[in-house]
Amino acid sequence: MQKDNDSGGPSTPSGLTGRLRRRKGSNEVPPEVVKANGNHLLVNDRNKYKSMLIRIYSSVWMIGGFAFIIYMGHLYIWAMVVVIQIFMARELFNLLRRAHEDRRLRGFRLLNWHFFFTAMLFVYGRILNQRLANTVTSDTFLHKLVSGFIKYHMVTCYFLYIAGFMWFILTLKKKMYKYQFGQYAWTHMILIVVFTQSSFTVANIFEGIFWFLLPASLIVINDIAAYFFGFFFGRTPLIKLSPKKTWEGFIGASFATILSAFVLANILGRFQWLTCPRKDLSTGWLHCDPGPLFKPGYSPVPQWFPQWFPWREIPILPVQWHAAGLGLFSSIIAPFGGFFASGFKRAFKIKDFGDSIPGHGGITDRMDCQMVMAVFAYIYHQSFIVAQSVSIEVIMDQILMNLTFEEQRALYMKLEQILQEKVFGES
Amino acid sequence: MQKDSGSGGPSTPSGPTGRLRRRRGSNEVPPEAIKENGSDLLVNDINKYKSMLIRTYSSVWMIGGFAFIIYMGHLYIWAMVVVIQIFMAKELFNLLRRAHEDRHLPGFRLLNWHFFFTAMLFVYGRILNQRLANTVTSDKFLYQLVSRFIKYHMVTCYFMYIAGFMWFILTLKKKMYKYQFSQYAWTHMILIVVFTQSSFTVANIFEGIFWFLLPVSLIVINDIAAYFFGFFLGRTPLIKLSPKKTWEGFIGASVTTILSAFLLANILGRSQWLTCPRKDLSTGWLHCDPGPLFKPEYFALPEWFPWREIPILPVQWHALWLGLFASIIAPFGGFFASGFKRAFKIKDFGDSIPGHGGITDRMDCQMVMAVFAYIYHQSFVAPQSTTIEMLMDQILMNLTLEEQLDLYTKLGQMIQGRQFGESYLNN
Repeated sequence: MQKDNDSGGPSTPSGLTGRLRRRKGSNEVPPEVVKANGNHLLVNDRNKYKSMLIRIYSSVWMIGGFAFIIYMGHLYIWAMVVVIQIFMARELFNLLRRAHEDRRLRGFRLLNWHFFFTAMLFVYGRILNQRLANTVTSDTFLHKLVSGFIKYHMVTCYFLYIAGFMWFILTLKKKMYKYQFGQYAWTHMILIVVFTQSSFTVANIFEGIFWFLLPASLIVINDIAAYFFGFFFGRTPLIKLSPKKTWEGFIGASFATILSAFVLANILGRFQWLTCPRKDLSTGWLHCDPGPLFKPGYSPVPQWFPQWFPWREIPILPVQWHAAGLGLFSSIIAPFGGFFASGFKRAFKIKDFGDSIPGHGGITDRMDCQMVMAVFAYIYHQSFIVAQSVSIEVIMDQILMNLTFEEQRALYMKLEQILQEKVFGES
Repeated sequence: MQKDSGSGGPSTPSGPTGRLRRRRGSNEVPPEAIKENGSDLLVNDINKYKSMLIRTYSSVWMIGGFAFIIYMGHLYIWAMVVVIQIFMAKELFNLLRRAHEDRHLPGFRLLNWHFFFTAMLFVYGRILNQRLANTVTSDKFLYQLVSRFIKYHMVTCYFMYIAGFMWFILTLKKKMYKYQFSQYAWTHMILIVVFTQSSFTVANIFEGIFWFLLPVSLIVINDIAAYFFGFFLGRTPLIKLSPKKTWEGFIGASVTTILSAFLLANILGRSQWLTCPRKDLSTGWLHCDPGPLFKPEYFALPEWFPWREIPILPVQWHALWLGLFASIIAPFGGFFASGFKRAFKIKDFGDSIPGHGGITDRMDCQMVMAVFAYIYHQSFVAPQSTTIEMLMDQILMNLTLEEQLDLYTKLGQMIQGRQFGESYLNN
């Protein structure tokens, strides 16, 4: 959605139920063309080339910065996710705040950030528990500190939350109850939306940058392909919620996404920097055995390929089939995240979530589809990828590495007991 | 809060911001007494004895039914929790629904129940995964079915949620956006509140009924003691949110609760039915070694006591902390519910229980306590799951029976090889 000049602040969302006149931006179709066509399609925009240039400019900057961070490594990507989160939360916190009430409730915004900090401690403490322990095994004092933190992590976060809860109740002011409860619920929804997807994103990052980079790239490719297909071919509107989206853009982008998923997985899967999991919080170079998913299986080139094609067989990484599944999801279902955001903006009569990115709106506008995809990528990874990579060799390795000899024997006894029950139970 | 006969349905919560006149129940103080005293304290209520009888009658029924279910066992307690959950969700779903809008949106209530069912599948699937697997080890076909369910549990729940999400977006109707989005957010908040506490409750139940029964009893004791202390001694109001609560009631109830926590833990801790964890989904009698927490230690007493020494179970010290929390912090759940009802101008959440209101009115403090009991148990009582247990979980969940036997043989060979090598070196 193009950025409008005067959409800096939110309009009063739950105020008047009367209809506000939809603000006409400088990019909207002039009235005569509208009457001629009957709908607002991108293809008829006169200033479309100008807006396209602005969007391309900021897209190039975003993609360039993103590639640089990928090069720097896991910790920096994590830091980037945290920064994006903070900005997203700030945009959303500001959205339904009403300046009039806020003047009478000092410290209420601080409460929001208290809950934000508690959520961050909780979510990242869980994900990085094990890796933090692996980083500080050398120093005994730090190790004790870290194990203490891990052990009492849940209680700490719980008491921080309860403190915020009690603070909220003790600051309830007469005649402001409804506003305060509305804000409380809104805070919780924001934090849940923001932290679910970012925690899953970070979990994926430490499993291997590949599982973060591929889904994110697919959404970007889908967005860009939909924009260009719609720009050149768009005729039939897709859904009433987003009048600028078209069926041609949607279908073209789907094909482009699935194809690029297949190809991109091959390219990305060759780098150990991207495919190796990070077991601790170091920043150095990574070497590992990537596992059976990234070992190329050579399949012969099909008959109908022309003779001048230089290769007789193509290396296909098994992970490419998984990538095709991810591509399918990102083209069919992830756009619903965008529809949800559009519907939300209409419901509360907001043009954009913010104005940080020229041509695109706020950070939440860019992240709406990413959020849906990040959750799916994590769940897909946990259900279909991890299970495949757990094999006898992997577990034997873990047993040998992590247990002392007595513990190995204890494990052996326990396993013996359970297996005997199972085997004799059957017969 | 006494039940008013005219509070069957909710008043329009987010409608006009004009102030609704506070409905005067038949139990409220007549105006002259108010002018004299200046406060609505329980001690001045003329009909207080009549309301006390109604409340006592329904309390007796509730406690009696509860004791019966405890006697029946873990599965029945779980069923009771599920039934309470369904009723609570129904009360809360109905609360902010507006009949006028709902006529335009058929199938919207169905969406709420779809999300409810998805949440139930997710939450109980996670908790009961392991126990379900332990129950069906005998039958091979059922075992395969169950392991497949466990493996793809997360994906199933995710796709059900996404289906609901897409359904919501596709049924967005013009001019109803705001109502639909608010309902969507409200549904999520309800489900989170209801399912967090009930999932923690169920997790506690299967760790041992003691860890469910003790927190629940403490809240009940706290409520009853606060009521009677306030009834006979109450003078100073506690908090503006709940004008009927008094400091005398609060402090008296705190002391009573902490004392009864100490004694109750001793009495409950002697029964194996209550202290043993349930590892599968059977319903028979339980025998186990309760662990060091429930073994009595004998303390010598001074001369003038009739007994030479008293047995103290170590768990009683944990119970003191639970009692402290139940008396100081759990009442904030009640204040939250009171504030919420004031904000949305509702008298009670429902009218299922005569004298008490709806089920949510009874459960508001229980919810805060259940979460704390679970977190306390996980952090301070339950032994930390060691690496051995984590590896055992991995082996049992991710490998087939043949692979497990294979691993067992290999592990045996490796251990024997090391033993051999050690004895060889020693000789």
